[in-house]
Amino acid sequence: MKRHIISILIENEAGALSRVAGLFSARGYNIETLTVAPTEDASMSRMTVVTSGSDEIIEQITKQINKLIDVVKLVNLSESTHIERELMMVKCRAIADKREDINRLCDRFRGNILDETPTSFVIELTGEKSKLDDFLKGISEDHIIEVVRSGTTGILCGERGFNA
Amino acid sequence: MELSGAEIVVRCLRDEGVEYIFGYPGGSVLHIYDALFQQDDVRHILVRHEQGATHAADGYARSTGKPGVVLVTSGPGATNAVTGIATAFMDSIPLVVLTGQVPRAVIGSDAFQECDTIGITRPCVKHNFLVSDLSKLAETIKKAFYIATTGRPGPVVVDIPKDITDPKVKIPYEYPKTVDIRSYQPKVKGHPGQIKKAVDLLLTARQPMIYSGGGVILGNASQALIDLTRFLEFPITQTLMGLGAYPATDRQFLGMLGMHGTYEANMGMHQCDVLLAIGARFDDRVTGKLTQFCPDAKIIHIDVDPASISKTVRVDIPIVGEVQFVLEEMMALLKAADFKGSSQDISEWWASIERWRALDCLSFDRNSRRIKPQRVIEELWEVTGGHAFVTSDVGQHQMWAAQYYKFDAPRRWINSGGLGTMGFGLPAAIGVKLGHPEADVACITGEASIQMCIQELATALQYRTGVKVINLNNGYMGMVRQWQEFSYESRYSESYLETLPDFVRLAEAYGHVGIKVDQPCDVRPALEEAFRMKDRTVFLDILTDPSENVYPMIEAGKGHHEMRMAPGVSTDTELS
Repeated sequence: MKRHIISILIENEAGALSRVAGLFSARGYNIETLTVAPTEDASMSRMTVVTSGSDEIIEQITKQINKLIDVVKLVNLSESTHIERELMMVKCRAIADKREDINRLCDRFRGNILDETPTSFVIELTGEKSKLDDFLKGISEDHIIEVVRSGTTGILCGERGFNA
Repeated sequence: MELSGAEIVVRCLRDEGVEYIFGYPGGSVLHIYDALFQQDDVRHILVRHEQGATHAADGYARSTGKPGVVLVTSGPGATNAVTGIATAFMDSIPLVVLTGQVPRAVIGSDAFQECDTIGITRPCVKHNFLVSDLSKLAETIKKAFYIATTGRPGPVVVDIPKDITDPKVKIPYEYPKTVDIRSYQPKVKGHPGQIKKAVDLLLTARQPMIYSGGGVILGNASQALIDLTRFLEFPITQTLMGLGAYPATDRQFLGMLGMHGTYEANMGMHQCDVLLAIGARFDDRVTGKLTQFCPDAKIIHIDVDPASISKTVRVDIPIVGEVQFVLEEMMALLKAADFKGSSQDISEWWASIERWRALDCLSFDRNSRRIKPQRVIEELWEVTGGHAFVTSDVGQHQMWAAQYYKFDAPRRWINSGGLGTMGFGLPAAIGVKLGHPEADVACITGEASIQMCIQELATALQYRTGVKVINLNNGYMGMVRQWQEFSYESRYSESYLETLPDFVRLAEAYGHVGIKVDQPCDVRPALEEAFRMKDRTVFLDILTDPSENVYPMIEAGKGHHEMRMAPGVSTDTELS
């Protein structure tokens, strides 16, 4: 069971998201995260799916997604050098000594404090999934009020673009 | 030329060369029905239930190779069509299903007869479209036909809101000549390197098998398959969906494989060293227990759909491409390779196969005083000279039809293989008959299946489609009863139909001919009489032996070599 990050270019048609999401649920594949947004080409959207499975399952997932009529192109980013990032916003209780602790942790992880009250912070953090997980471990669980994560997106390294 | 949306729909069908549209009117499609009324190019076939429309269009498509076209209204019209759409999807049958939708302004408001047709059909179509703009209507219909009929075929739904078809709104019409979809480019040619590797492997085979499926029929590659198989002199078996692509009466044909396949076909699969899979998808009813599937074989798999390759069984040499093209390429290479000189001697392999074949695994009691369903199928084959189009429903009768009617040509055997839809046979037979008005068309069914779409007897009368319904009536849902006998200690839970209609009088009430047959000696005369009445639909209610089972059988979790044989058929372990 390896983790894979699959980047999909799909026609920007109504219902495109449900075609991909429906495929995963109908065939019982895992979705860890799923992000969708427009691209530089207005006619297409990019979806990034983080999933996991054996090599056989991942092969089926990529074939089945490719088979969707609206899918223009697909790349399994995990098979090449790539960069992946996720955005996280954390609302946490911050009083007395803990305020300074969290501030220091935030600096170390290069986070930004976006909102501040006498008793709380909203912190923004970007990075790979593992970095975000580590940051959350750094703030003890009982201080976390809410965690909002965007899901992972990724891009291939080097000059070559993944376009239609 | 300026046309309304409704007129555009009908003109598109005409320009696509559509002969028949199978449908049922309703509120959301009234504009389209009005446009249909005012022309003679496309003939509408009024069914009695929307499921029947999809099955009839499906039967038409399977038997002619042309796409089947359906028109139904929104809401219940669309949901009733879903079973037929899913049936076509599982068997890769090209259908274009036009569904009415409520006007755009009220979509999402739970309007009368509104349902999310796009959402409901998404998992059982090759693709679907909601037409959101009149200017895109013709292009969308063109795309629907293109997608349905190319690559691995399948059903495409086009959902059309009522206001798009408004007769008062007219726009210039032109039917697109070509279509280019950047995200859909089906592969035609196989990779030459892979084809070469496959041929090299075939030349090393000492115990080869060819296993072909519905893809050969869908890809019109029957002749290419016959040429290759005869040239190689290899044994061939076929799936339920593939029957007819290679002539069943030929010596090289070992019969169907899988759960109710022949002993020789399944043993051949189990012991082969090279397996050539052509347009087949390694369905669970074919493979048996996956870990015991072809344990010693190197596998070559040709399929137009890359997702079908290595889905359940890992293969050694995958070839993605249209079957016909790939088979012709293989033939060219084999001829160039001076095959006869370089291939292995497979006479010992054929000797093993003949020993398996000699067990005669499809034998049954021919002296029984009850009507044996197997014998009915044999007699049907004899009476029709083996040339009939045969549709079936789902269950024991379907398996007997597949085993005992020796299909020698493609597109003659019409059945719901993947979804296993009871109720398919009668409407499918009507569709077949419309596509082949001069041909003999038989629907082999059972007393349970036939009742699931029996209302289509009215359609058969309206269009004078003289199909012959062969009702193998054993009083039980036979296949359910068989499984209950084998796996549930004969606890026949809800599989006995305590009340049955008088089918003869029912057929007569619908305006047809009904004949009851309860003696073995009366089967043949009844069949002959039925086929003599060329233009009449004849319902033969044949009371068959209720205790008969389908053999051989590979039960769940067993391998190809672990068949359960008919009582009285030995499985000499020496032979296996």
